[in-house]
Amino acid sequence: MIWSISWRNVWRNKTRSIVVISAIALGIFAGVFSTAFMKGMTDQRIESAIETEISHIQIHQPGFRESSEIDLLIDNSDSLINNLQKNPAIANVSRRIIINAMAASAETSSGIKLIGVYPKAESKVTTIHNKIIEGEYFKGVKRNPVVVGKKLAEKLNLRLHSKIILTFQDFEGNITGAACRIAGIYNTNNSLLDELNVYIKFTDLQKLTEIPKNTNHEIAINLYNNLTANDVSKNLSKEYPSLEILPWQTLKPELGYMSALMDVYMYIFIVIILFALGFGIVNTMLMVVLERVKEIGMLMAVGMNRLRVFNMIVLETIFLTLTGGIVGIIFGTIIAKYFSLHPINLTWYSQGLSAIGWDSRVYTSVNFQMILIVTVLVILTGIVAAIYPAIKALRNDPAEALRTE
Amino acid sequence: MSVIEIKNLHKIYNESEVKVHAVNGINLSFEQGEFAAIVGPSGSGKTTLLNMIGGLDSPTEGQIIVGGTEINKLKAGKLIDFRMRNIGFVFQAYNLIPVLTAKENVEFIMHLQGVSKQDREKRTKELLIAVGLGDRINSRPSKLSGGQQQRVAVARALASKPKFVLADEPTANLDSKSTENLLDIMEKLNKEENITFIFSTHDARVVKKAHRVITVEDGKVISDERK
Ligand SMILES: Nc1ncnc2c1ncn2[C@@H]1O[C@H](COP(=O)(O)OP(=O)(O)OP(=O)(O)O)[C@@H](O)[C@H]1O
Ligand SMILES: [Mg+2]
Repeated sequence: MIWSISWRNVWRNKTRSIVVISAIALGIFAGVFSTAFMKGMTDQRIESAIETEISHIQIHQPGFRESSEIDLLIDNSDSLINNLQKNPAIANVSRRIIINAMAASAETSSGIKLIGVYPKAESKVTTIHNKIIEGEYFKGVKRNPVVVGKKLAEKLNLRLHSKIILTFQDFEGNITGAACRIAGIYNTNNSLLDELNVYIKFTDLQKLTEIPKNTNHEIAINLYNNLTANDVSKNLSKEYPSLEILPWQTLKPELGYMSALMDVYMYIFIVIILFALGFGIVNTMLMVVLERVKEIGMLMAVGMNRLRVFNMIVLETIFLTLTGGIVGIIFGTIIAKYFSLHPINLTWYSQGLSAIGWDSRVYTSVNFQMILIVTVLVILTGIVAAIYPAIKALRNDPAEALRTE
Repeated sequence: MSVIEIKNLHKIYNESEVKVHAVNGINLSFEQGEFAAIVGPSGSGKTTLLNMIGGLDSPTEGQIIVGGTEINKLKAGKLIDFRMRNIGFVFQAYNLIPVLTAKENVEFIMHLQGVSKQDREKRTKELLIAVGLGDRINSRPSKLSGGQQQRVAVARALASKPKFVLADEPTANLDSKSTENLLDIMEKLNKEENITFIFSTHDARVVKKAHRVITVEDGKVISDERK
């Protein structure tokens, strides 16, 4: 019966309750939706970084990642790759030669990272071949085909099949160069990457640099399951202790942190919203208690004990808060769900976004665990906000409260 | 044995600068089945006396014994429970819970007492019929007249089968017809079910109906007549 009294009391002053409930609903809606938005954005960023750039695990000679020295080579890579391909957790493997180079067109030049790949193997590990916007992935050019990013092509004023001069040091330390032609132009939405990475055939680069056969700088591994990256790389490290074998979280620590950090940030955001709403709720409930001094006095006089009075006020507060919370959560989830299927287009914004590697179309990510936690937080807010008004209600002296005037 | 025994009761308010001796040495006893009015001018101490009998206020000095229990010695929590089980209250106003229907208001205390749903509903119906509101069972207080609300309050006060009912100016807000009606109902319940009623009033017509009239002035009983 106390439950039903509390619930009906919520609707006693409809206007006031609806104002409070709307405020709570809006706050929670904003919390849930922006969480889904940010989470979706982060997930996409991580996924695209893995797909276009880093893959799940990379193998190098220790020190190569820092110095990019041409002679820090992985030896016996044929047999190593053979063994890796037998590992049941590993889906695909691609070997790469990586050297710093200078790319020049007729007009200007730019520092780049020249990556030698076997097109077939590489296209099973990363998705650059899917991001080709002009030309084809290493097709249509006979001698020294290269694939460059849109950004670099614009910078050097190059078009499809244009000639591009690459200059770099060979294995002996001599400056050497090659005239290449652009077979394809890719665009990954990460303009940093698009300006820097130039892909060339592994065999071509091997000949040009005279790097010994059966060696290379980097082996990129694609796993069947992203979540096993840590374990698999640990096991491989035990097997090949002389090599540096790292999962994506360590290769790009900012991506790993980003995910965890985003979660923390979201909870802080929601707690701040709830905290602000909490004050509104306390204020409303204080008004309620003040208005009902006589009624509460009467209830205490006729036999409602302090615990029941306390519970009655707490329940009313929880009902009030939870009604708003549930409305907000439902709307937030529905709308976030909608935008998880129909991405939000931020093109008007996307120049800035793609400069730092973000996609301009955001698919929100609805996380049910988070929704559950938000619900619990809403109830907690109700309880905490109820305590002070409920204590105030207990201070009533029935004899005092009932003296009518 | 008396239902209520009051011995040398004093109440002094000294919260403000002037001490107010609101009840000044009252000795009284009430028997089962009495229909007693407490009268006296405004400020004479009627409310203070009733509040102390009902355990809503504590005496500065003296004893109040209800059915053998000295209620002024009970701890706060016990006292609330004692009130709920032994005393029915009717106040001048603010008697009912506005969000509950007449039926639910009457049921409320029985619910707190843990009476089974079946018994609760049976008794509620009987009581509301007894106060002439059998057809308004599901109305909320705001849909009832002042007199009807007070009748629901009487039914509510009786719901817990109390030893006695205290009513502080129950008719003060009512017109003369409703006043008479309420008094008739109280008298009928008193006669038929032998329920003890103690009520304060200013109203001469109410006084006329009482079987015992206790007059107080300046916190003292100046006359106590039985008819
Ligand atoms: N809480 C209080 N603090 C101080 N004085 C009080 C308090 N309550 C009542 N009094 C005083 O005690 C005296 C008795 O008051 P009480 O309310 O009992 O009178 P009453 O007979 O019920 O009057 P009325 O007929 O107007 O209801 C009055 O002088 C009143 O001012
Ligand atoms: Mg009074």
